[in-house]
Amino acid sequence: MAFLDRTARTLLLGELVEGLALTLRYFFRPKATINYPYEKGPISPRFKGEHALRRYPNGEERCIACKLCEAICPAQAITIEAEPRADGSRRTTRYDIDMTKCIYCDLCEEACPVDAIVQGPNFEFATETREELMYDKAKLLSNGDRWETEIARRLELDAPYR
Amino acid sequence: MADFFLHTIVGLIILTFLKALALIVPLLILVAYLTYAERKVLAAVQLRKGPNVVGWFGLLQPFADALKMIFKETIIPAGANRVLFVLAPMITFGLAILAWAVIPVNDGWGIADINVGILYLFAISSLGVYGIIIAGWASNSKYAFLGALRSAAQMVSYEVSMGFVMVSVLLCVGSLNLNDIVLAQRNIWFFIPLFPMFIVFFVSTLAETNRSPFDLPEGESEIVAGFFVEYSAMAFALFYLGEYANMILMSALTTILFLGGWLGPFGWTWLPGPIWFILKILFCLFVFLWVRATFPRYRYDQLMRLGWKVFLPASLGWLVLTAGVLLATGWVPHVSS
Repeated sequence: MAFLDRTARTLLLGELVEGLALTLRYFFRPKATINYPYEKGPISPRFKGEHALRRYPNGEERCIACKLCEAICPAQAITIEAEPRADGSRRTTRYDIDMTKCIYCDLCEEACPVDAIVQGPNFEFATETREELMYDKAKLLSNGDRWETEIARRLELDAPYR
Repeated sequence: MADFFLHTIVGLIILTFLKALALIVPLLILVAYLTYAERKVLAAVQLRKGPNVVGWFGLLQPFADALKMIFKETIIPAGANRVLFVLAPMITFGLAILAWAVIPVNDGWGIADINVGILYLFAISSLGVYGIIIAGWASNSKYAFLGALRSAAQMVSYEVSMGFVMVSVLLCVGSLNLNDIVLAQRNIWFFIPLFPMFIVFFVSTLAETNRSPFDLPEGESEIVAGFFVEYSAMAFALFYLGEYANMILMSALTTILFLGGWLGPFGWTWLPGPIWFILKILFCLFVFLWVRATFPRYRYDQLMRLGWKVFLPASLGWLVLTAGVLLATGWVPHVSS
């Protein structure tokens, strides 16, 4: 019986027809891909994208130059120099991130006591030259200004799990 | 005016030229859009969208590709035989176009209505292997040569069983004229009485055109791109277009031999003949792409086993059976021409 069964299957191309039927079913299914630059997939609130330095609502920068992020950074991508400002508060004079070294581990954000350095939702920051990826303080602060609404929402959504 | 075209040499030449043009231009457009259709069908089966950026739904993609190919440099390798290297893609593409001379798109519409039409087609498709062998040899490259050898062996193996399938169709027709072959299917299309042969023929055409799952001559995962590794720019494009033109040719041949050519199903005539012909070709082409999307590539010894130990005895047996049935029932056809 097993022999008959197998022979009949072979002669009637059973497996081949099954395979063709499967691919035909897939042919009519809705597409899994999206029209990328025009449509984008959803990303998690915990997404670890491009870095940004945030400010308080009154415009004062949050970073107090404690250098915890610089210390914890496993790739040693962060360089900070600090000096007391004219009003006596401690602020950074230099805050550089080498984005070519960064491994996007989010440890800097976890180390930060004042939620100054964060990793935002932006992942489309490819550049044409290597130099453009050496982020300085001005670039990071402008990132913060640009993405503040998304970053705030993201922190709020992820807060219960931290 | 009609007198000039039909009864003077110059008129006949001009008329034939115009006929050829009327056939080749739509054919080349179909070739261009077949490359597009292949990418779309493969994409759909893999749940992707396929090309959709150039033009509406990506419809201008073939022309963008062609433009890109034209502006590339044709590189001729240092060790290559220059004349043969340049000649090979021309042979491949030329033969794929040449075969269309005898294909009847409608009753009596074949450009050359010759009585050995099917032999002509068979000869042209056998010559196609020369383009590939010459390309593989002239490239002076190991991969190209391996691809050419595989291709030669494969095409020779599958032409034998294809020939027997064609003979069993010819037995039912009694003529080698492609027009008569289609007209003989007025009552029943041959794929119904000769169904197993239809399958054998279709699988053989897959092997004959080097299409997946028999694309061993290309075999991009084993021998890079096979016989056309060394080709670039328009020379590469000619091979590519030749492959697709061959697919269309083989679909046309399947349509003529088994699917009733320009005849509508159930004797319907509410669409003109050429439209039915094109619809049937498009169906065959879809199956070509569908098969490519479904099956993995054969191993080389399996390919040879299928050709010589399965298809050859099967088609030979069916040929004897067909002849026996025709003789026993007295259905042997007599075509007077």
